[in-house]
Amino acid sequence: MLRYFALRLAQIGPVVLVVSFMVFSMTLLLPGDPTLSMLGEGATTAQRQALRTELGLDLPLPVQYGRWVGRIVTGDFGRSLRNRQPIVDMLAERIPVTLQLTILSMLVSILIGVPAGIVAAVWRNSWADIGVTFVAMFSMAIPPFWAGMLLIMLVCIQLGWLPPSGYAAFSDAPLQSLRMMILPTLTLGAAMAGLVMRQTRASMLEVMSADYVRTARAKGAREARVILHHGLPNAFIPVLTVVGLQFGTLLGGAVITESIFSLPGLGSMVIDAIFNRDFPAVQGAILVIVTGVLLLNAIIDVVYYLVDKRIAR
Amino acid sequence: MTAAPPSPVSRGVVRRTIGRLLQHRLACFGLAVCALVALLAIFADVIAPYDPTTSHYEAIKAPPQADFLLGTDELGRDVLSRIIYGARVSLEVTIVSIAGAVVLGSLLGMLAGYFRGWADHLIMRVMDGMMAFPMLVLALGIVAVLGPDLINAVIAITIINVPNFARMVRAQVLYVSQLDYVLAARALGAHDAKIMARYVWPGVVGNLVVYASLRASSALITESSLAFLGLGAQPPTPSWGQMLSTAMQYWDAWWMSLFPGAAIFFSVLALNFVGDGLRDALDARLND
Repeated sequence: MLRYFALRLAQIGPVVLVVSFMVFSMTLLLPGDPTLSMLGEGATTAQRQALRTELGLDLPLPVQYGRWVGRIVTGDFGRSLRNRQPIVDMLAERIPVTLQLTILSMLVSILIGVPAGIVAAVWRNSWADIGVTFVAMFSMAIPPFWAGMLLIMLVCIQLGWLPPSGYAAFSDAPLQSLRMMILPTLTLGAAMAGLVMRQTRASMLEVMSADYVRTARAKGAREARVILHHGLPNAFIPVLTVVGLQFGTLLGGAVITESIFSLPGLGSMVIDAIFNRDFPAVQGAILVIVTGVLLLNAIIDVVYYLVDKRIAR
Repeated sequence: MTAAPPSPVSRGVVRRTIGRLLQHRLACFGLAVCALVALLAIFADVIAPYDPTTSHYEAIKAPPQADFLLGTDELGRDVLSRIIYGARVSLEVTIVSIAGAVVLGSLLGMLAGYFRGWADHLIMRVMDGMMAFPMLVLALGIVAVLGPDLINAVIAITIINVPNFARMVRAQVLYVSQLDYVLAARALGAHDAKIMARYVWPGVVGNLVVYASLRASSALITESSLAFLGLGAQPPTPSWGQMLSTAMQYWDAWWMSLFPGAAIFFSVLALNFVGDGLRDALDARLND
């Protein structure tokens, strides 16, 4: 088991190295003098020199990279070029918002996708199956920002049930926070629900033709019990894997969703920082997002291994 | 060595694959929609009832009516004409960026899969690194460096798609390279370049086409996402994503958000259908 973890770590190592170098090199790749790109044309020579020193741009490249990694590892992401706020503080404010959004969206996608997939698999080739499959196909083709806008138009503007945008921290006002999250999580979760439904349907179909399901039926178990007790638990593992592996896509979608509903998360931090040419903030937010994806993938691998030890081979 | 190479993609097979594609009902629908969008884009000057950037001050935010079939926007510009011209941007970005990703990805995938060794390791580790980023986030990083405009959006969408193609081509090259006719060519002393171009490449092309069509819809969504965030085509160039982000300030004018969104939705759906159809047609070919 330890050997397996060591192997996985050894595989992730180079990826982390490449990713960190990519994020680091963003400032190097800026066309022209990076200090001009960051401060704008109006910057004085003294301001530019100060920024050069702050970012260590005068040092040799490997030294710059080493220093940068050293700072990141100790939690120092630098300061925002816009308001001098430490970026780690900005991240700390925004990570919970994005986490809340993505986790709730995952739940929504499972709550919609799994029952729909079961229905489609149990009544295979029925009208319900065809209907559910079509809705899933549509939900995967609908651009997330358009889905969000349609929801706002229907629920907020026409029906007036919810305010169109805004955010309340879960720790301050849990109910209000969840209320404000309804539309964003529906927007982000709907696209995923299609995928979850397809996977649930496929693995349910496979599981329901297995010998142990036939045995359960032969022993006279009721069909509902066969489906929920014998079928679903076994069909659920691949579904969870798909959900986990889509975490990256979900974080990408969160960028868009946050900007539609004005949620102060990591995604809107990246967008704002791009418009403000606040590169340390862009780097910090992107690094956190990618690290999150890598971590989650590693966790899924480990969980998968614990569930099914044949994977290690 | 004058005999024709034993290419796995012979003309008869292509014809049969296309035949099978045309039997696929959804794929036909998809092809029809794609053709319609392409026609709109190419003949936008002739088809569009108005100039997409001309304001009609007598009709600001006018609802759909006989003069303006899909209404007008906040500056009195005809929404239908802007959608028609917007098809141009979407089509160009999708085609150019996927073509670019196919070329770059094939090159890297061929190098990695054919030569193996350190080239393989280096290329694939970089690709793994890129694939660790959520696609839109990687695109945002690239646009952040290059600056927001249409060309840079194309570059970003190209780059984020390269790893997918490189991986797919590499896997295919690994498979084809150990087939007997490639080994025979190598035994006869053919150059690496010749082996790759004449014997390996034809075995990769079929899957590459299918994969490109499957990636096209995601490229279109990324393009409209960037435009929606204000990081794609810049005004006054009309693009679907950007029309939607403007519409977010005018909720009372539902036609401003409904129609451009529908244009994206149906294009994406159509591309998905074509991709699925092509994949099924090719699968059937492999099962022959």
